[in-house]
Formats: sequence, structure tokens, C-alpha cells
Amino acid sequence: MNGKPLVCIISAGMSKFGKHDGLLAREIFSIAAKEAFTRCPKLDPKNDIKAMFIGHMGEAYEHQGHMGATAADWAGLTGIPATRTESACASSGVALCSGIYAVMSGLADVVLVGGVEKMTHRTTAEVTEYLAMASDYPFEQWNGITFPGLFAMMATAHMHEYRTTEQQITSVGVKNHFHGSLNPKAHMQKEITLETAMASRYVAWPLKLYDCSLITDGASCVILTKPELASKYTDMPVSIIGSGQASDTIGLYERKSLTSLNATKIAAKTAYDMACIKPEEIDLAEIHDCFTFAELMAYEDLGFCPVGKSGELIESGETRLGGQIPVNTSGGLKAKGHPVGATGTAQTYEIYLQLTEQAGKRQVKNAEVGLTHNVGGSGATAAVHIYRRNQH
Amino acid sequence: MSSPEPFTIEQFYKFLQKQKLMAGRCLKCGKIHLPPRPLCDNCLSQEFEWIPISGKGKLLTYTVIHIAPQQFQNLTPYIVGIVQLGNCLKIPGIVQGVTQEHVTVGMELSLDFGSCSTTQQWPQWSRYCFKPT
Repeated sequence: MNGKPLVCIISAGMSKFGKHDGLLAREIFSIAAKEAFTRCPKLDPKNDIKAMFIGHMGEAYEHQGHMGATAADWAGLTGIPATRTESACASSGVALCSGIYAVMSGLADVVLVGGVEKMTHRTTAEVTEYLAMASDYPFEQWNGITFPGLFAMMATAHMHEYRTTEQQITSVGVKNHFHGSLNPKAHMQKEITLETAMASRYVAWPLKLYDCSLITDGASCVILTKPELASKYTDMPVSIIGSGQASDTIGLYERKSLTSLNATKIAAKTAYDMACIKPEEIDLAEIHDCFTFAELMAYEDLGFCPVGKSGELIESGETRLGGQIPVNTSGGLKAKGHPVGATGTAQTYEIYLQLTEQAGKRQVKNAEVGLTHNVGGSGATAAVHIYRRNQH
Repeated sequence: MSSPEPFTIEQFYKFLQKQKLMAGRCLKCGKIHLPPRPLCDNCLSQEFEWIPISGKGKLLTYTVIHIAPQQFQNLTPYIVGIVQLGNCLKIPGIVQGVTQEHVTVGMELSLDFGSCSTTQQWPQWSRYCFKPT
């Protein structure tokens, strides 16, 4: 595609991430949809939006499947084709890929993509079990291996191979909590110290409580259109110039590497090639920090640093606001929260705010090119997107 | 030359219950699958033979689970890891007989055949774990 826009984002919406007592997923989704409608007054949602793709991971949380039609219903868009995409924690990153396919096919000029999850009404044990359903059942779940456990095993392997330290891993969370303290929609808006984080109890050694993303309720969405139609709806579109999605074996134990996600590498190469962008040209990124270690591994898989050097990159401070390449200015999954189905398009929401200068206290100055990286499960799915600011 | 047992995960566990660790070898390209699969992911062949695999291996990586799903809560904290067997095969499992302080990457382990004690309808797979050699 030679860096030409695939589609343009004309609007975006996100509920506050946190605990939404008394609200169902569909009701939380309506908050995100309404924000996106309000932000784009030239859009007539009921007539202009022609299709919808909604990321949603689990029926188990609310005893509710069929979230595509349900979300369309509660967004006031009943009638249009509405499809649920499920790829575990990458469900809405994959919804975004599907939305891009739909717009580029020419069959739908304006498409809403988003995601939602309602989780906080369940116990930690229940959530642990539901999340684990996205890993291999006959060998991983069968042996009591949890999601923190899978990423912990990758962390152990990385520590063994590259001498990465527990402190380097945990400092990712300290950075992301600092960013979260600047985001009024983040679940956790307070800073934490490395000492507090290091002293927190183990969930799956070497990962501690402060290495794990939060159990959160939330919804997010963005509205896409063809590049040539964007100016009809807004003066501030953001272009998506690269889109990559990839898969890997469902079982972590069948992969060649335990210190890298091949799906991330494939998706990133697809997106970088499509966008004609090199890793060093990325100004800011939202990375899938479901666990702090996952952010370090992604620095290497996305080409932000050489293999084995991610511990040094976090220590350098270059991925903090004000650094060379700020990562997870939203607070990431760690502090903003991780309502799994909503995470992919919530990452896009942050990049949209940043590239349209609407990110408030956490605004990255003069950002031109952004990247999102959304991972499903222990890495059997990855979606990478690259965005370019339009000249306003 | 055909094998009577299907190359499935169900059959893998049936062998395990008989204290046999078995993998499927593709008759076309030679790739060995653990767990077995009915379709070779390398050459797309559907023809396999069963081969016995040694249960001896080395611990590639591990974690100690402190927060567990309901079913495993009475075991916490417990060690799980991925074990490198021969023939480039890897398999995850619970590691018993070693404390958190003494478990190390690279330690030698062997597979210990458990049994199927479940009364539920599905799955009726047997348990296994790894113990220091």
C-alpha cells in the first residue's frame, strides 16, 4: 500500500474504565458509542453506519453471548450487519482488522468497530478461570496453568536467557501507573513506587500483583471510513496506514521460542511493510501489557530494541512520557485497565486522541506516527496497526 | 499399514493411563507430534504411526502459581513448567517433589504417570506430573 491510508478514523469513544456496578456490557457499550456519535456531529449514525464489528471475549461473565447484535441493539443501530469477533484479549484489535476489510472491500463506507467486557462482578477465581479458557485446554488448563502463569513462564525463560531482572519487569508497571495518573478515564489513577510494586504478593512467580493488568469493566469504539470520504465527516481524521494480524500455536509449549511472540513479529512486519514505516519512525505506541513482562517482550518483537535488551530500554526511561518513544501513555492495560474485549480499540482510542492533540496532560508533542499492539491469549493472536496524523 | 488407534488427544490420554507416553509420527514428512494430531501441520498428511517417547527431560522454564482456578486452589502454591523431552518435543506439566527454593531451569525431570480419578462425564483424561530424576 506504500504508506497510503487504508481507512480513516473519523471518531472514537470510550467509557470510563473501572467498576461499573449495576451496568451490563451492552449498557457500558452504549456510553462509548454515544461519545463517538457526539464527537462527530456531521455523522448521522443511523443512516451512515453500514456495519459493525464488536470484540467480546466471554459469554461466561454475564451469561450472554451474541454480543454483535446485542451491542448494535443498545447502540441504537439495529438492522445493520453486526458481528462479534472473539480472539481472547485481541478481540477488538481483530474487530478493527475486520472493519478495515469491510471498508476496503467497498461494501460498507462507514463502519463502527469496538469492544466491550464486563468483569468486575465476578470473583478473581472466576475471572482467572474464564480468562484461562483462551489458552490450550487439554494440556495448559488441564495442568492448572493460568494466564499469569503462561506469561510468567515466558518471563522466567527471558530472565534465564538474557539476565533480565524482576526489577526491570516490575518497573514497566511503575511507568504505566504514572501515565494512568494522567488519564481521567483510567481505572487506576494513582502512581505507585517500585518498592510497593516489588513488595506486592506473587500471582505467578516472578509476576506479582503489580505486574498484572486489572480486572476492569469498559467499552471502546472507533468509526472508520474510506480516506476519500473522511473530510465529509471531520476536519481531524486519523489515517490507518498499516494493519497486520497473525496467529500462532494455541499451546505455548509447541512454540520454538519462549521469549518472543512470533504472531507479534509477523503482524508487525505486515503492518510495517504496508505502512512503509520502520520501528524507529514510530513516535508513540500502545502495547499489550497484560502483564508487565509482555511489554518488555513486545519492545523486542516490534523492533524498538535489539533482542534481549528490553530490560535496558525500560531502565533508560525512553518509553516514559517525554522519552524517545512513549509507550502506553493511556496507562496501558496495567493502569487504564483491561476489559479484555474492549482493549484493542481502547488502544486505538488513545492513539486517535494523541494524533488529534486531545490527550490533555499526557499529550505527546508533535506525534505523527503511532502504533497499537494487541495480543490474544498467550500470543496465539496478535494485531498490529500503524496510524498517521493527517494534516489539519 | 494402518494403526487402529486414532491420532487424537483423547487417545494420547488413553495411552497415558496405560503408563505409555506416545506421540504420532507423520509417515510422509517424519514430523513427530506431541500431542498427536489427525492432520500434519507441516505437510498436511493424515497418515501417522505411534511411537513411544521417553518421559525423561529438562525443565525449560517454570512458574509458581499462587492464584489458581477453583479446581487447583487446594494445591497452591504449585510449580508448573515446560519440559524439553527428546525428539525436540515439549510438554507442560505440574512439577512435584521439589521446593520453590530448589527448582531451577535445566533441572532433570521425568514424567510420573498419574491416574484418571474424575467422575465427570468429560473429559476423563488421566493426570500426570514431572518429578526430579
